[in-house]
Amino acid sequence: MSLLDRNGVKAEIWSREAGATPRIVPFAELAEALSGNQPVGVEIANTVRLPELEPHFDRLALIAIIFPSFSDGRGFSIAKSLRNAGYRGTLRAVGPLIADQFAYALACGFDEVELPPDVASRQPVEIWLAAARAFRATYQTSHQTGGQSILEQRRAARGIQR
Amino acid sequence: MYRYDEFDEAFVRERVAQFAWQVKRRLDGSLTDDEFKPLRLKNGVYLQLHAYMLRIAIPYGTLSSRQLRQLALIGEKYDRGYGHFTTRQNLQFNWPKLRDIPEILGLLADVEMHAIQTSGNCIRNVTADQFAGVAADEIEDPRPVAELIRQWSTLHPEFDYLPRKFKIAVTGAPQDRAAIAAHDIGIGVVKNDAGAVGYRILVGGGLGRTPMIGKVVRDFLPKADLLAYLEAILRVYNLEGRRDNKYKARVKILVHEIGIDEFRARVEAEFAKLDGPTINADPEEVARIAAYFAPPAYEKLPPVSRAYEAMKAANPAFAAWAEINTFPHRQPGYAAVTISLKGIGEAPGDATSDQMCAVADLADQYSFSEIRVTHAQNLVLPNVKQADLFALWQKLGAAGIAEANVGLITDIISCPGLDYCALATARSIPIAQDLAKRFADLDQQRNIGPLNIKISGCINACGHHHVGHIGILGLEKRGAESYQITLGGDATENAAIGEIIGPGITAEEVPDAIERLVSVYLAERQAGETFIEAVRRLGLAPFKAAFTKEAADVAA
Amino acid sequence: MSAQKKTPLPAILLANALLDGDVVFRTASGWSRDPREALVAEDEATANRLLDEARAAFARNEVVDADLVDITRDEAGVPVPNHFRERFKVKGPSHRPDLGKQAEFGVR
Ligand code: HEM
Ligand code: SF4
Repeated sequence: MSLLDRNGVKAEIWSREAGATPRIVPFAELAEALSGNQPVGVEIANTVRLPELEPHFDRLALIAIIFPSFSDGRGFSIAKSLRNAGYRGTLRAVGPLIADQFAYALACGFDEVELPPDVASRQPVEIWLAAARAFRATYQTSHQTGGQSILEQRRAARGIQR
Repeated sequence: MYRYDEFDEAFVRERVAQFAWQVKRRLDGSLTDDEFKPLRLKNGVYLQLHAYMLRIAIPYGTLSSRQLRQLALIGEKYDRGYGHFTTRQNLQFNWPKLRDIPEILGLLADVEMHAIQTSGNCIRNVTADQFAGVAADEIEDPRPVAELIRQWSTLHPEFDYLPRKFKIAVTGAPQDRAAIAAHDIGIGVVKNDAGAVGYRILVGGGLGRTPMIGKVVRDFLPKADLLAYLEAILRVYNLEGRRDNKYKARVKILVHEIGIDEFRARVEAEFAKLDGPTINADPEEVARIAAYFAPPAYEKLPPVSRAYEAMKAANPAFAAWAEINTFPHRQPGYAAVTISLKGIGEAPGDATSDQMCAVADLADQYSFSEIRVTHAQNLVLPNVKQADLFALWQKLGAAGIAEANVGLITDIISCPGLDYCALATARSIPIAQDLAKRFADLDQQRNIGPLNIKISGCINACGHHHVGHIGILGLEKRGAESYQITLGGDATENAAIGEIIGPGITAEEVPDAIERLVSVYLAERQAGETFIEAVRRLGLAPFKAAFTKEAADVAA
Repeated sequence: MSAQKKTPLPAILLANALLDGDVVFRTASGWSRDPREALVAEDEATANRLLDEARAAFARNEVVDADLVDITRDEAGVPVPNHFRERFKVKGPSHRPDLGKQAEFGVR
């Protein structure tokens, strides 16, 4: 395992090799890649900001955001900003995240996580799936993965009582 | 008080299970020590000099007697029979074992408590005015909004790996008893010209090695927009805050480097884009929380109790305590009582399990079972009938916690310093103990009047020394402990950072040096002028002269 | 576990036990909570051996924050750290003589 999503291990269909399709290109090569007509994936450092990507949303099938370390949480805000701005393609977190961050990544709008081999071998996929389920419900209505926030569930409960 | 519903309850239970599992994974090697560390910190677990330390959140400083009894029990069973109340309305245990902590967290969950986000680079325990809901000068009770923020900030998926810690404080009164200007975000309840209640938002305050006073980012924010506005601030900070240098990572540095106007522009631009209704709590949720903070069933009483007045007249020691340790209550015939945890010669903020139980019993008997924790490391019984004060005072005396010194020179704030803390450069508790002994005489203390001494054992400033009227910072100089004295700091609505008044001195020299500073004040003060007012009027020069003279005397 | 900075000798090796948090000292045969039992490294080779053992113990999840600490022996031959910080670490809180190793083992 080194790529996983909310259902578990996922087959890699993208490549970073030059000439491959579909290909994840470094941000520096984005303009060039956009000039072709293949689906484009781009990998960005966590210093790249929304305005640099927003004009190309409909051409970007995948945006991979690099986490240089698990303690650098910028990627979470970048993902959320992209989703807030209407990005609907695939969002991938790349780097040494830990399983306990899986639920956060999903809640911020990531679809998948690509791990370096040493992290993947220490933290097998079962741990990631269990970690994603550690909490049945959380408080933030704006950061959900399909379920209802605690505030929404309270509201629903009030509706029934009324 | 807020009570957990089924969701809150399930949530803290799941958090306990999660931590137990994290410890297990640390031991089986699936988490490295580097990976485990932030996880334990986000559950309040530090490794100190002698042992682990567990920091328990007392959200906005409100405790029930049942909760306090549970803390006493934990102290008795898993620690050494005492705990330390901190400047951030937390309680620290100094000797727990990591193997016991999941169990301790379970005991906390039993009484609707936790240690979530009491450390680590995330949004910390939200603090508030200890007199919330009872202060006569209050525009609105800050506790409901503090509880709302507690829930919103708990395990926030986007803001749990910030560049650095992030502290939020709320006050509902113009007189700031929550030191909001020393926080990353300070929220003050205000009324605008139209009479509407909203929030003034400060950002970028903080102490540590670069102390800064918070700046206004929004003068008036409609109440309903609060969470969305906080989200905008946190997103700007999470994206743009520095991560290259731990000492420059707080939001105060970002605000300082780009300027408050640029920071505001970015926050407002982000805020304008947000879909408020998906972030803010709906009005019914706000009302649900607020209902928990409805006033207790007060009796209708005359504003002044005759029995109370008679007791004061008959017993000067009681009268002194009552005058110094009580605070005006909005309900006629009641008082808010501060219980000093600054017994002369005791470690500031420490309370034994027996004392915690005694306070819990007294809260049941006299204060609707409620207790508050203050940022000055004292406890409060918020709702005591004046007529009960004498009996309360006698019982406090029996428990050894009837010191009459709130706000006076021996009501010293002190961090744990080198007696516990792995980051310390010098001790702070013994300095506080020596100073309290030097100024123990109550008549002298009352003559000196309000004076805050605040002591930190290193530049991290957990003891708030920057904002002490007199601040004492413990450093290491040539292999020995050395103390740097600052003057003129203020933690209230007149927030100011103290200035260094001379070279570092030894621990033994501290009491004399402080006495010298106090003498300048006593000699120079005008009628009714407090220490800090005199410092502002006179400037530092006369104090520096007295301080340096002493340093020279010692050298000679 | 910083081997970069050179610790003057003689030195002892102390750490915190991972599960208990307590300060522990490397002895000739393992770990002890009693500072009087600490093995004193008088030479480079012994100091390096202590560090290797600490690294191995860290890897086995027994201890964390291991460090060599330079000491002087007191009259009774008990190792006393030269820096005041480590002296507190070995003794316990200075204002609470009833707590820590000063109470348990009588170290001064
Ligand atoms: C005992 C272990 C403790 C450790 C290791 C510790 C660590 C730290 C550190 C590293 C900072 C500086 C953060 C920065 O500048 O970014 C800090 C600040 C602070 N700590 Fe502590 N602390 C401890 C105990 C306490 C206690 C007991 C209190 C309350 C009495 C406290 C309250 C604070 C406050 C109020 C600040 C300043 C807030 C600010 O910088 O804005 N801490 N602490
Ligand atoms: S100020 Fe320094 S010595 Fe005091 S508790 Fe904070 S980190 Fe420790």
